[in-house]
Amino acid sequence: MIPFERHDDDSLVDMLAAAGLRAMDDAGLGDRPVDAVYVGNMASGLFNHQVSVASSLVDRLNLMPAAADRIENGPASGGSAIKNGLLAVASGYYDVVLVAGGEKMREVIGPRSTDIVACMTHPQAEYIYGVTLPAMAGMFARLYMDKYGITRDHLADVAIKNQNNGLLNPYAHIQMKITKEGILTHPQAHINNPVVADPLHLYDCCPVSDGAAAVLLTTPEIAKKLKNTPITIAGFGQATDTHTLQERDDPTDLKAVTIAAEKAFSMAGIKPADIDVAELHDAFTILEIAESEHVGFFKKGQGGEAVASGATQIGGKLPINPSGGLKARGHPVGATGTAQVVELVWQLRGEAGERQVKDAANGFSLNFGGFGNNVVAFVLRRDA
Amino acid sequence: MDMELEGYLRPPEYPMAPYPAKVVTLATGAKLVIRQANRDDVPILLEAIRPTLRVPRDYYDIVGVRLYAELLGWYRYRVRDEFCLLGQIDGLLVGIVNSRMFSPEVGISLHTLAIERGLRIGAHLFASKMEHHIEYLEQDEVLITAESPIGFRRWMIEYGLIKRDGQHELGGATPYALTRDLYFAAKHRLVAGERPVPPELLQVAEKEIIIATEDDILEKILGAKRKVLQ
Repeated sequence: MIPFERHDDDSLVDMLAAAGLRAMDDAGLGDRPVDAVYVGNMASGLFNHQVSVASSLVDRLNLMPAAADRIENGPASGGSAIKNGLLAVASGYYDVVLVAGGEKMREVIGPRSTDIVACMTHPQAEYIYGVTLPAMAGMFARLYMDKYGITRDHLADVAIKNQNNGLLNPYAHIQMKITKEGILTHPQAHINNPVVADPLHLYDCCPVSDGAAAVLLTTPEIAKKLKNTPITIAGFGQATDTHTLQERDDPTDLKAVTIAAEKAFSMAGIKPADIDVAELHDAFTILEIAESEHVGFFKKGQGGEAVASGATQIGGKLPINPSGGLKARGHPVGATGTAQVVELVWQLRGEAGERQVKDAANGFSLNFGGFGNNVVAFVLRRDA
Repeated sequence: MDMELEGYLRPPEYPMAPYPAKVVTLATGAKLVIRQANRDDVPILLEAIRPTLRVPRDYYDIVGVRLYAELLGWYRYRVRDEFCLLGQIDGLLVGIVNSRMFSPEVGISLHTLAIERGLRIGAHLFASKMEHHIEYLEQDEVLITAESPIGFRRWMIEYGLIKRDGQHELGGATPYALTRDLYFAAKHRLVAGERPVPPELLQVAEKEIIIATEDDILEKILGAKRKVLQ
């Protein structure tokens, strides 16, 4: 993984290559060939005017004749790329697969970036009416808050927690402590923290970042021969939902999140209560709360109080987003799912430094594509 | 110095009302004191600006070079009717803005330099500059231009400025105007600050303008915070 920030001087492929090299070096792959490369990327054609980035990455890393594919699943592209790499190894066809997720979003100005990301919405039913992801999240947040009693105070708790965690993560884009006075309670806090899409304000939203992250996937037999401690992907799940929010019976019900998580837990043979550390897709603060309930960590309507109580802080009952999450680590869309898994690997190996979750043995990640219409979840395990 | 000749070289000046200091609570909870600089403060301000002169990122070099020249010109009496506001946190200089009166009715916004980034310090200082022009100098409008995309977004879009014919004196770029009506329409959402500044905060700010080291300034501007990675 490389730091998420503004990479003015690096191309997308530069970033993917740097992250890929770090993953291979970390594993101690040596001269063993990489059979295939999967690149999670959402929109390099639009952001960077470059496509076929997987082919370019293989060449840059001199991994020919490895197979190479780009995997696109919106902001869950990184998670989908890992899933495809996992299936390729599990099938027995490939032994060693490099998965890299990356996005270079800061090449364009903010409004253009927001527009590109909005291309994932339904073109005739949503995009044409000017909806953006922040707007969609704002509408979702309003409904969720009304239905479950979540408050702006709870949202601020998520923002403050994750920015505190980001201060402990040298890879995080945002390294700044914020206070409830500064973003919520001071009479002039609305000037520091203006409305983006009511009820969401600036500090409820993730930054726009550049970045890349990579993992190396292989068989248990080969993993045992490599130098570093391997972490097992014990379970995964992926599920979809309607493209438009309006077609869902209850727009506050993130069915794909629930189903993807259930599949991952089922495959791993564990329950949500067995998870020691989780990386959730908090592109907006409301999503961390909603996802924490939909995957089964908390009952519906209790996610806000869980954050307020400190249960999801590092040192709490279930630390969520010790990396800082998308909110502080950043959200280069194609990189996020991969970065979540990298963070869990560090946590499960005990290599997460100041943000280390004590004795973490089971980790969970949730990568939220579209507005919950294509979700990828993983359970990772440190084997004794 | 031949003071008779110097008298010809120095521009005349309009009387200018002072800008009363204020304090802004930032997202971090830190207290940003915004106050007017004195001419005697300029040498230390130039020290703080100097590291930016070779930073092309976000046009810091252009803004830095021009601000440096404008403040130096003010210090040595070669710019007319200029004022400068400072942003300080616990005495540390985190931003500078300058401006001048073109006439009693019209102000000319010059530059905004945020040394600490990510906290809307530049936005708070720019808003204070507009506050000074409109509320304390009682001008009718301020002519503004932008040299960076960030500036364009912050000033032209957030304030809904009106495009004007003619040229801004910063190199002839297109001028936009902040009128009194636009200012007061935007004030509640963009102009922060409380007065009076608690004495203990103001004393710290006035006692000394602390400037960060060159490395720290570059780190804040470039965002290169990560010296040790896992």
